[in-house]
Amino acid sequence: MYGGGYIFDEPNRKQQREEQLHDDPEKLAAFEARIARGEKIEPGDWMPAEYRRQLIRLIEQHAHSEIIGALPEGTWITRAPGFKRKLALIAKVQDEVGHGQLLYNAAETLGKSREAMINDLLSGKSKYSNVFNYPAETWADVTVIGFLIDAAAIVNQVANSKGSYGPYCRALERICYEESFHLKQGHDAFIELATGTPAQKAMLQDALNRWWQPIMHFFGPPDKTSNHSEKLMQWKVKMASNDDMRNQFLDAYVPKIWELGLTLPDPLLRKNPDTGKWEYSDPDWDLFFEVIKGNGPCNKERLDVRKWAEEHGRWIRKALMRPEEMERSALPVA
Amino acid sequence: MNDSLDPRVNRLRLDKNDGSFKVEEGENWNVFEVFHQEKRGAHHEHVGCVHAPDANLALIFAKEQFGRRKKCVNLWVVRSADILAFDLEDEDMFANNPDKTYRDASGFKVMEKINKFKAHTK
Repeated sequence: MYGGGYIFDEPNRKQQREEQLHDDPEKLAAFEARIARGEKIEPGDWMPAEYRRQLIRLIEQHAHSEIIGALPEGTWITRAPGFKRKLALIAKVQDEVGHGQLLYNAAETLGKSREAMINDLLSGKSKYSNVFNYPAETWADVTVIGFLIDAAAIVNQVANSKGSYGPYCRALERICYEESFHLKQGHDAFIELATGTPAQKAMLQDALNRWWQPIMHFFGPPDKTSNHSEKLMQWKVKMASNDDMRNQFLDAYVPKIWELGLTLPDPLLRKNPDTGKWEYSDPDWDLFFEVIKGNGPCNKERLDVRKWAEEHGRWIRKALMRPEEMERSALPVA
Repeated sequence: MNDSLDPRVNRLRLDKNDGSFKVEEGENWNVFEVFHQEKRGAHHEHVGCVHAPDANLALIFAKEQFGRRKKCVNLWVVRSADILAFDLEDEDMFANNPDKTYRDASGFKVMEKINKFKAHTK
C-alpha cells in the first residue's frame, strides 16, 4: 500500500531554506538538467539540500505508512472469514511490512538512519498516511481498505515510480508488482459482499459510507491551498498534483463501485461531461488536519502498539548482536 | 485509553507505556546488499538490501524479503560496507567505449574485402 499523496511538512523550515541558498548554482543547474533529461539521481550524486530533505520526508512517511497500515488489517487475520481469505490477508500484511523495509532502505541511502526514522515515528515528529488513524470495525472495512485504499495508493505509487530518485523508483517497481495482488484480492472480497446477502450488502454499504471521507482525504488538500509543490514537480519528487491524482482515482474506481449497486455518501459526486473531470463536495479539511495532529480515533493506539513492539523486540535484537560485525557500519549503497 | 477492536492489543496493557522508549543508533544492525538468481545458470542480480546482525541471518531475511514471489533458485548477500565502486562523478571515464570499434565485431568489414577479391578474380 500506502503512499498517501499528502506528505506532512514541519512548520519551521527556515533552517533548510538557508541551506538551500548555499547550493552551488553550477551544480544545481547540472542537477536540474539531468532530471529534465529523464536521468535518475543515485545516492552518491550531488543533490540540493532541499531535494534530499524532501525525499527523506516523502520516503520515510511512505515507509511508516506501510508499517502502520499493517495494523488495522492485521487485527482481522484471526477473524477473516474462511481459510482462503485468512491466507491471503496474512500474505498481504507480510507484504506491507516488507514494503516498509524496502522503503526504509531507500530513505537510508539519503543519510538518515533506520533508528532515527523509527524514533521520529514513535515521537510523533514524522507522520504516516492519515487513513490508518481510523478503525477497521467490520470485515467489510477490510475489503474497503484492500480494494479502495490500495487502489488509491497504487495511483500514487505508479506516479512516484517515474520520479527522479533511483533507489525510490526501484523500490516502488517491486512494490507496485505486489500491490496488484492486494488490489485484486480486495476487489474480490468487496464484490463477494456486494453481491451477497442483504446483510452483507448493508455491512459493505455502511463501511463505504464511513470510509469515503478518509478516502477523499487520502490524496491531500486541494491544489488551490497547497503551496510549495512547483519545485518538487520540477525535481520529479512529486509527480502529479493532489487534485489530478484524486481525479484519476475517481475516474477509475467510482464506476466500479456504482456498477455493483452501491452508493457513495456525496450527492454532488459526478463526472462533468464537458470537462471530463470529477466534481465532489469538499471533505472536511479541518478534520483532516486535526487527525494529522494526533487527534484521530486511533492515532494513540497505533503508536502505542509500535512502541510496544520496539520495546519488547529489543532483547532479541541485542541477543543477536555481533559486536565485531558492527565495526564497519554503513548505509545501503543502492 | 479506549478499548481497541483487537483483543490482542487490549491484552498488551498499553496504558502502562510511559513514552520514554527510544531506539538506539546501531540497534537495527548492519546493512547487507542482496543478489537474486532467477534460474540456475543466470547471473545473480542486485535487488535491494536487508538489515541483519550477520551474513547468515541476512540470508534468511533476504529469503523473506526477495524470495517471496516469482522464480528464485539462489540468493547472495554481502555487507554494503564491503562494496567498492567508482564515484558516479567519474562516469566520463567510460565515455569513449563505443568509439573503440576495433574491440567490436562491427569494426571489421570482411565481406567488402571478400567481394572485392571475388570481383577481381572472375
